[in-house]
Amino acid sequence: MTTETKWPFDQEYITSFSKEMSEPAWLTELRVQSLEKAEDLPMPKPDKTKINKWNFTQFEKLLVKSDVFSSIDELPEEVKALVDQEAKENSLYVQRNNKPAYLQLSKEMQEQGVVFTDIFTAAREYSDLLKKYFMTAVKTDENRLTALHAAFVNGGAFLYVPKNVQIKNPIQAIFLHDDAEANLFNHVLVVAEDNSSLTYVENYISTTGAANGLVNIVTEAIAGANAKIQYGAVDTLAAGLTTYVNRRGHAGRDARIEWALGLMNDGNTISENVTNLVGDGSYGDTKMVMVGRGEQTQNFTTSIIHFGKNSEGYILKHGVVKDSATSIFNGIGKIEHGASKSNAEQESRVLMLSEKARGDANPILLIDEDDVTAGHAASVGRVDPLQLYYLMSRGIPKTEAERLVIHGFLAPVVNELPIEGVKKQLVEVIERKVK
Amino acid sequence: MAGSVLSIKDLHVEIEGKEILKGVNLEVKGGEIHAIMGPNGTGKSTLSSSIMGHPKYEVTSGSVSLDGENVLDMAVDERARAGLFLAMQYPSEISGVTNADFLRSALNSRLGEGNEISLMKFIRKMDKQMEFLEMDLDMAQRYLNEGFSGGEKKRNEILQLMMLEPKIAILDEIDSGLDIDALKVVSKGINEMRGEDFGCLIITHYQRLLDYITPDHVHVMMQGRIVKSGGPELAQRLEAEGYDWIKKELGIEDETVGQEA
Ligand SMILES: Nc1ncnc2c1ncn2[C@@H]1O[C@H](COP(=O)(O)OP(=O)(O)O)[C@@H](O)[C@H]1O
Ligand SMILES: [Mg+2]
Repeated sequence: MTTETKWPFDQEYITSFSKEMSEPAWLTELRVQSLEKAEDLPMPKPDKTKINKWNFTQFEKLLVKSDVFSSIDELPEEVKALVDQEAKENSLYVQRNNKPAYLQLSKEMQEQGVVFTDIFTAAREYSDLLKKYFMTAVKTDENRLTALHAAFVNGGAFLYVPKNVQIKNPIQAIFLHDDAEANLFNHVLVVAEDNSSLTYVENYISTTGAANGLVNIVTEAIAGANAKIQYGAVDTLAAGLTTYVNRRGHAGRDARIEWALGLMNDGNTISENVTNLVGDGSYGDTKMVMVGRGEQTQNFTTSIIHFGKNSEGYILKHGVVKDSATSIFNGIGKIEHGASKSNAEQESRVLMLSEKARGDANPILLIDEDDVTAGHAASVGRVDPLQLYYLMSRGIPKTEAERLVIHGFLAPVVNELPIEGVKKQLVEVIERKVK
Repeated sequence: MAGSVLSIKDLHVEIEGKEILKGVNLEVKGGEIHAIMGPNGTGKSTLSSSIMGHPKYEVTSGSVSLDGENVLDMAVDERARAGLFLAMQYPSEISGVTNADFLRSALNSRLGEGNEISLMKFIRKMDKQMEFLEMDLDMAQRYLNEGFSGGEKKRNEILQLMMLEPKIAILDEIDSGLDIDALKVVSKGINEMRGEDFGCLIITHYQRLLDYITPDHVHVMMQGRIVKSGGPELAQRLEAEGYDWIKKELGIEDETVGQEA
C-alpha cells in the first residue's frame, strides 16, 4: 500500500537509494517502515521550547556530491587543526557532507578486531553486527524525527570494540559540512562489548556559512558489562542549519559512560542527551558546555535514567547566553522503582551576557524508589561584578577579565575533552562566540 | 629617582547613599610604610576600596592622585597599571582560572603588548616567589582562591603583590585569620618589598603585624576620618591601652561610621 506522503522522498526513492548503497534487506525494510510510521508519530516535545515552526522535515537533497580526501595533508585547514598531528597513529574518520572521505585505522585497533568505518560500509560488511545494535538505544518509533532519521540515514560512523579490548588512544570522527545544500541524517553507533574500553571524539564542523538545511543526528553509545565509553563531541554547525541531535547511552552492569559535549552550533538546536543506566552498578557522567548567541534558540535536555541498583549519574552543564539568544537547560535525573542505593546528582549553571538573552535552567528529579540519594543545583546569573573588580584590580582590562571569567566558567567541561586539538578548537570557538 | 606619591585629599565616599568617609586626608610616599588602625566599622575598608575603584563605592568629593595623576578618573585596571595594588580583605574566588594563568595575564597587562614575559621566565619568577612565601607549588595550578583557606588566600594576595611589584600597595587586614607562622611569612614578603620605590598602607586592627613590620607612620580611623596620627609608638600605646583614651580625648562616644562626632 502506498500513500501520498508529505515527505520529500517516498518509499520508492528510499528503496532504490538503499539498493544503490548495496544495503542489506533488513536495513531497506527498516527505512521503509520508519518512513511509513513517521506520519503518525508526534514531533519530539522539548520542554519549554516551541518547535512547531521549525523545519525538520522539508529539504531538497538527500545526498550531495563531495570529493574524498586521499591523505591527511589534503584536509582543509579547519579540519587539520582538529587532528592531533603528533599522534599520526590515531584512528580517524572524516566524512564530507554525506560522503565517507577519509579513513585511517591504527594498527593497534586492526590487530584487536576493532571495527571502525562509515555507516554504509558497516551495513555492507558488518550487517549482522550493525543490525544487532542499530536503532536499539534510540527506537525508530519514539517520535517523528527518530523515524525520519532511520528512513533517511545518509551518513555516520560505526565503532565496535570487541570483548576485553582496551583502546587507549582516542578514536576521532570529523563530520565536515562544506556544501550549503547538504542535509545531514547522521548516525553514529558506538559499541563497547563487555570489559572493553574506548575513547571516541567527534566534531561536527561547518565551513560554509551560507547553509540552509537540516540536521538530524542520532548517536547510540552502548556499553556492555564492565565496559567504558568516553564520548567527546564538539558541534559547530552553521547558523542556517536547524539541528535535532539525540545522543543516547545504554550502560550495562558496572559499565561507565562519560560524555563531554561542547554544543556550539550557531543555528536553532534541539539537543537531547540521555544515559540509561540499565545494569546494576553502572555509572553515567554528562558534562556539557554551550554558548548561545545571535537570535538562535536552543534546548538542551539532559537525562540520566537509573534502572540498575547502585547506579550513579552525574550531570554538569554550564552555558553562556548572549545577544538575544534563548537557551533552555532541562536536566532530568530519574530513578526507577527498584534502582535502590542509586545516586542522581546534577548541576546547571547559566551565565547571561546581555539584557536580551534568555536562559532557563530546570532541574528535575523524578524518583520512584525510597532508598536513594539525589541532589541538584541550578542557577541563572550574570558575570559577578566583584570578580571583575578583583581581576581588574590586578591590571587586567575589563574585556580580558570577562574572558577569563567566562572561560573559567566553561573550563570544567572543556578540560575533559581528550584530544588536545579538539580542546583547543573548543576554546577558540568559545572565544569567537562570546566576544 | 624618588618613589611615587599617593595623595588623598578631603575624601568623601558614599555607599548606597550613606556617607561613610567624611573627609580623609593622607599622603603615602615611596619608601614609607603607613599603618591605619581602628576598630571595626570605622571606614578602613571603604577607604581602600574607593582608592582601588570598587564599583559599590561612590566618591562624592575630594581627590586621590598618584604622582599628580587623578586616580578617580581611571578605571580599576588603569589604577592598577598606574602602580596601585590592593590586597583585599575578602579576595574573590574565580573558578576555572588557574592562579598561574591569572597572574600571567595580570603581569602581561602591566608590561603591555609586545613586552610580555616569556612563559619560562614567568614560571621561574612565580616558583621563586612561592618558595619565598613557603607556598605549595601546586597552588599555581589551582583555581584562583577557590577552596583556599583564609591563610592561603592572604598568602596568595602577597604572592600577587610580589609578582606585580606595585608602586603603592594597600593591604587591607592582611593579618586577619593568620596564625603566627603565616603572619611571619606574610610579613617577610612585605618587608622584602620595602624600598625607595615602594610605599605601603597597612590596614589592621591589631598591633601584632606591626611587631614584624615597623611602620613609619600610624593613623587611627574613627567615624570615617583619620582622627589621630603619630609614629610607631602610637601603635604600641593602642596595643597597651586600647582605643578608649582616644575616644575620650576626642569626645567620641561611638567610633563607627554613621554616628555624628
Ligand atoms: N556594602 C555596604 N552596604 C552598606 N553599608 C556598608 C557597606 N559596607 C560598609 N558599610 C558601612 O560602612 C561602615 C564602614 O565599613 P568598613 O569600611 O568596611 O569598615 P572597616 O573596614 O573599618 O571595618 C560599616 O560600619 C557599615 O555601616
Ligand atoms: Mg575592613
